Amino acid sequence: MRLQLSEEDEAFRAELRTFFTTEVDEGVRATVRDRGELTKDQIVATHRTLNAAGLAVPHWPVEWGGKDWSPLRRHLWHEEMQRACVPPPLAFNASMIGPVIATFGSQEQKERFLPPTANVDIFWSQGFSEPGAGSDLASLRTAAVRDGDDWIVNGQKTWTTLGQWGDWIFTLVRTNPDVKKQAGISMLLIDMRTPGVEVRPIELIDGGHEVNEVWFTDVRVPGENLVGEVDSGWTQAKFLLGNERVGVAPVGATKRVLAQAKEWAAATRSGEGTLLDDPHVAVRIAELENELMALELTALRVVANSADGKPHPASSVLKLRGTELQQAVSELVVDLAGPGALAFGTSEADSDLPVWARRSTPTYLNLRKASIYGGSNEVQRQIIAGTILGL
Amino acid sequence: MDFELDEEQQALREAARGLLRKRYADFETRRGTVADAPGFDRDTWSRMAEMGLLGLPFAEDDGGMGAGPVEVAVVAEEVGRVIAPEPFLTSVVLAGGLVAAVGTAEQRADLLGGLASGASLVALAHAEPGARWTATATGVSAEQGDGGWRLTGVKEPVPQGAEADVLVVSAALPDGGTGLFTVVADGDGVTRSGYRAPDGSRAARITLDGAPATPLGEAGQDQATAIAAAYDAARVAAAQQAVGAMQVALETTAGYLNSREQFGVPLKRFQALTFRAADLYVAVELARSLALWAAMVHADPDTSATERATAAARAWAQASKAGRLVGQEAIQLHGGIGMTAEYSVGSYTAHLTTLDHLLGDARHHLGLLAATVGDHAEVDPLG
Ligand SMILES: Cc1cc2nc3c(=O)[nH]c(=O)nc-3n(C[C@H](O)[C@H](O)[C@H](O)COP(=O)(O)OP(=O)(O)OC[C@H]3O[C@@H](n4cnc5c(N)ncnc54)[C@H](O)[C@@H]3O)c2cc1C
Repeated sequence: MRLQLSEEDEAFRAELRTFFTTEVDEGVRATVRDRGELTKDQIVATHRTLNAAGLAVPHWPVEWGGKDWSPLRRHLWHEEMQRACVPPPLAFNASMIGPVIATFGSQEQKERFLPPTANVDIFWSQGFSEPGAGSDLASLRTAAVRDGDDWIVNGQKTWTTLGQWGDWIFTLVRTNPDVKKQAGISMLLIDMRTPGVEVRPIELIDGGHEVNEVWFTDVRVPGENLVGEVDSGWTQAKFLLGNERVGVAPVGATKRVLAQAKEWAAATRSGEGTLLDDPHVAVRIAELENELMALELTALRVVANSADGKPHPASSVLKLRGTELQQAVSELVVDLAGPGALAFGTSEADSDLPVWARRSTPTYLNLRKASIYGGSNEVQRQIIAGTILGL
Repeated sequence: MDFELDEEQQALREAARGLLRKRYADFETRRGTVADAPGFDRDTWSRMAEMGLLGLPFAEDDGGMGAGPVEVAVVAEEVGRVIAPEPFLTSVVLAGGLVAAVGTAEQRADLLGGLASGASLVALAHAEPGARWTATATGVSAEQGDGGWRLTGVKEPVPQGAEADVLVVSAALPDGGTGLFTVVADGDGVTRSGYRAPDGSRAARITLDGAPATPLGEAGQDQATAIAAAYDAARVAAAQQAVGAMQVALETTAGYLNSREQFGVPLKRFQALTFRAADLYVAVELARSLALWAAMVHADPDTSATERATAAARAWAQASKAGRLVGQEAIQLHGGIGMTAEYSVGSYTAHLTTLDHLLGDARHHLGLLAATVGDHAEVDPLG
């Protein structure tokens, strides 16, 4: 057992830190720091800056831009990005469809899709969920039927994050209705500009528009856009969802917000002193810091031991607790804002309240999603109980 | 000992429920209503006036109905059930309550009469950037000159501040203490920027630059005690409003667990979920008990100001905690649909968090209660 990073890993971390804090656009980092919303251009530009330096897809096969880093180095990379307020590479590209194509795709698909995916020349969307298929994803009904070499797709996807910016969407479709539900699913890549694809916005409770419905009406998809074998989509979906969980506990970002929260508390008058002097607030912060430290150490234990690169079964712990703590910190911030939390995302021009206070309630409400998507926290408990505890 | 409403109170509840439900039974109507300024329905506001709801707590001589905290709580619960965006709590109970407490006879007749009839909207401009649920003002100061009183400084967030006709403004007095003034909302030296609060209701920043003001009640008087008392009365009503909102959020959630199917069965087949719904029921019932108790404490003419303040803190601390739990869980148990603006439970959650931060969260009130735990061996609700 050894607590310190090796000299090499320490140097690696320092190098990343320098890169993230000097090479990534300061405006983007300020937006993240202020908990604002990024534009598509900001997301794409940041991703490309990272990709140009070989830092967008380090976990891919080396042949396609990967770095062959140890899980620990990947972890450091992820944490340092968050600490520096750098938006991580677009997850749909870097963590979801990229690894799937690299693992299950044909050689043609790899050549055609992986370079533009690594560079967000294709902005991907995830088309898995449907109105009737949420936690029970395998009950999906969007159907793809053969027509010569092509597929004809009909159905509806929902909750498609940033679908309004999507160029392509990776979907799960039902290709065989006559077998056990998991056995009749395939994965199709669909160009969202194909006739018959329609994206409709959904407004969320923070007033933002980050999710969409995607409708498919007689959409013609070339046969070559099928990933892997027909009816093998469930295998790829499980692989993808496993990856989705790994990066989903944003410990670094949560730690950073908590550190900011202390500054905000120290700048807010309360009684004779500041909110940071209020024992109730201080105890709550101390408790959150400790919980976060326990989680970070758990993450380090996981990465230090998963040499084969497969998701560790404890990734459910990270997802479950990581999102709970992310939500708890957002709740702390909204409480620090106090009455200022009423200035709901209001602009500088209309409000004298600090930007963190104005953003506090939209962020708090928005982050309720974190325990719902990427496998809800109930589903994580189910995995812990079933797969890990054998219950 | 009687926790039941009498016949008149029941009739009031039925009338308020009928009116508000008629307007807001369809959640889409509420959504449309809060989408544009003023963020509430003027027609519903007029009907509330006709029914006497806007003058409910005020003396009959002042144009009101002469009802008490229990009746106010009854109406607040109905407002909460449909999360009606009409500013009953902030304009009638809070701003109106303060005018009723400190205004001169003439001011009461004028301001409360206008409020009760729906002719004019009154807002309380007390909160200041950086201040937290205190009864004093420091960011706006009052000066007396030849032409009378003038106010300078910033008030924010002011519920319904951009829509109000009359502002009741608290300000630091030249000789110390916090005074109260009325200001013509679109008068000289007043700049208003309105915006949406989390639940779609409206709030504003109000910048006062030597705005002419009229003392509310006796000039130069420190009104911090009255301000605190008005907030306490609002907390008691808000506790019941929160209970109404929580009750419906819970009913909606239970309905969803009954009807939503995943894995070929309704969600209610997962005990992990039904037990959580049961816990929400427990939280709502406990909050309801303290809210009812606090309304009775406030309705009792023999209770002291301290007893009322304590009752308000207890009721609101409980409602605040329960509201958070119910709001968060209602969304979680719904999954993605709970996150959408189109579906109701997210707005119930947003409303509960708005009330929380308007009136002081559980931590704040438990902090106040904590300061006096050494003064008593045990707490006894029956006094
Ligand atoms: C903001 C947001 C963004 C999203 N982005 C995307 C996206 O880009 N692409 C995409 O495909 N999907 C996306 N999703 C969808 C997300 O994956 C689903 O919301 C999630 O799988 C839950 O499904 P559901 O919403 O239908 O809830 P349901 O599955 O109906 O669940 C409702 C409640 O029941 C619980 N529950 C369900 N089954 C069980 C069980 N067996 N045991 C115990 N409890 C259970 C759930 O945990 C939840 O609390 C997004 C969702 C949100 C909210």
